[in-house]
Amino acid sequence: MFLIHCPYCEEHREEEEFHAAGQAHMPRPLDPDSLSDEQWANWLYYRKNPRGEHRELWVHAAGCGKYFNVLRNTQTYEIYATYKSGEMLEMSGPTTVTATGSVLNFSKAHASSQTDRKPGKSS
Amino acid sequence: MNMGRFSGFGLVKQAFRHQEHWQRMWRNPKPKKHYDIIIVGGGGHGLATAFYLAKMHDKINVAVIEKGWIGGGNTGRNTTIVRSNYLWDEAAHLYEHAMKLWEGLSQELNYNVMFSQRGVMNLGHTLQDMRDINRRVNANRLNGIDGEVLDAQGCAEIVPIMDCSGSTRYPVLGASWQPRAGVARHDAVAWGYARGADSYGVDIIQQTEVTDIIIEDGAAVGVQTPQHGVIKADRIGCVTAGNSSVLAGYAGFELPLESHPLQAYVSEPIKPILDTVVMSNAVHGYMSQSDKGDLVIGAGIDGYVGYGQRGSFPVIEHTMHAILELFPQVSRVHMNRQWGGIVDTTPDACPIISKTPVENLFFNCGWGTGGFKATPGSGHVFADLLANGEPNKLAKPFNYWRFHDGSLIDEHGAAGVAH
Repeated sequence: MFLIHCPYCEEHREEEEFHAAGQAHMPRPLDPDSLSDEQWANWLYYRKNPRGEHRELWVHAAGCGKYFNVLRNTQTYEIYATYKSGEMLEMSGPTTVTATGSVLNFSKAHASSQTDRKPGKSS
Repeated sequence: MNMGRFSGFGLVKQAFRHQEHWQRMWRNPKPKKHYDIIIVGGGGHGLATAFYLAKMHDKINVAVIEKGWIGGGNTGRNTTIVRSNYLWDEAAHLYEHAMKLWEGLSQELNYNVMFSQRGVMNLGHTLQDMRDINRRVNANRLNGIDGEVLDAQGCAEIVPIMDCSGSTRYPVLGASWQPRAGVARHDAVAWGYARGADSYGVDIIQQTEVTDIIIEDGAAVGVQTPQHGVIKADRIGCVTAGNSSVLAGYAGFELPLESHPLQAYVSEPIKPILDTVVMSNAVHGYMSQSDKGDLVIGAGIDGYVGYGQRGSFPVIEHTMHAILELFPQVSRVHMNRQWGGIVDTTPDACPIISKTPVENLFFNCGWGTGGFKATPGSGHVFADLLANGEPNKLAKPFNYWRFHDGSLIDEHGAAGVAH
């Protein structure tokens, strides 16, 4: 059971109040007509699926109803941080406050492994 | 080492020998340096692939590499349901191919997979559900797949313990009914295929994790393992379900997959109350009763990406709501066990059985929540792909490039896909 910190309500609430809404930071292409079929498919169908740190969009469905971002480990299920929609959390920062209030060290190695995987790299 | 056939005579003979001299099922070989074909993943699909490679294509210089033990992943974690009532032609043909193989599987493997064609019922709770059911059953019949549309009374006659009274929040209005569908013993499927493949000389290498795929000049040439170093191969087939994205990452490309936990439960054993399989998409739960008497209950996936092989508590609660709505009399049955498996879901809820951007590297993945039923068919067509290098007619629509050209096979919700 996740205890998720809603950055808008500024409270930890139970998982049941939230819905996962897929990968975060997926801007719609500004000019879809100029994309190749492959680029369009990349935006439409391809999502990161890491075994490890992952940035996700969640919605506080039974609360404020707002979407926000969650930085979470998909293997240990640890939530490292939550932050508002439209913001970007710098992962190379020395520490991040976890959802349960403890402080977690973020190594640079973690950050680089995350940014190595670009969406839609397939060919 | 005696690895002979199983028979009724053998059963009697072993009884007189105090069950102490049963034949070995398979060898535990040291891997060679090079194979014609390496299959990564020793679940049902991977082992079936190895078996059909040996049997149909005379490929015996084959290894199956499994990071844990065979059948310890999703093969041993599913709810054992087998059916083929899919809406679209491509999917229906593939699953029906599997169904026909199921029907002769115990004989083919000389191993009892306990395939029991006890029928599967997919319930409809709304008028739209019933329209979809009518459409799907008609499509099934046109494809030569058995199916009937039942009304509420017809459902009550087959499953007397189900509340078909119409007084529930989501009343049972009817169902689609596939009599040839049923259940099979999932462990036995993995063991039977492993034993069959091994008897042809296929090496089954357990407790060996693939940690990299070695690529030279755009072609896969081998796999890296911490336990046995580099093992080379002419062709590599990955059948790794929830971890397929991780393996594709080793090879430098991405797959349109998301891995989600899917959980199941079994109750304490009780007397026989249910001799078929009941599934409901609308209230989101399904149940059958095993030969041991346990109620086997399945549920929906967790909405988030996860590799934890455990499910979330809210899903347990929702599933129990659904089951109690349909079967009020099981309200005091205790659940014995709960577990999760990691399913790799595609955007169109159909598998990827395909060549990849890397030469000599093939993937069979994306079976999502419904891979077990396809085990023999999946192995059969993937063996064909690995042996010939080109997909056959059944596998061709399930290629990796369908997401680029838009030729999706959109089974999501349209067929009896329960998730």
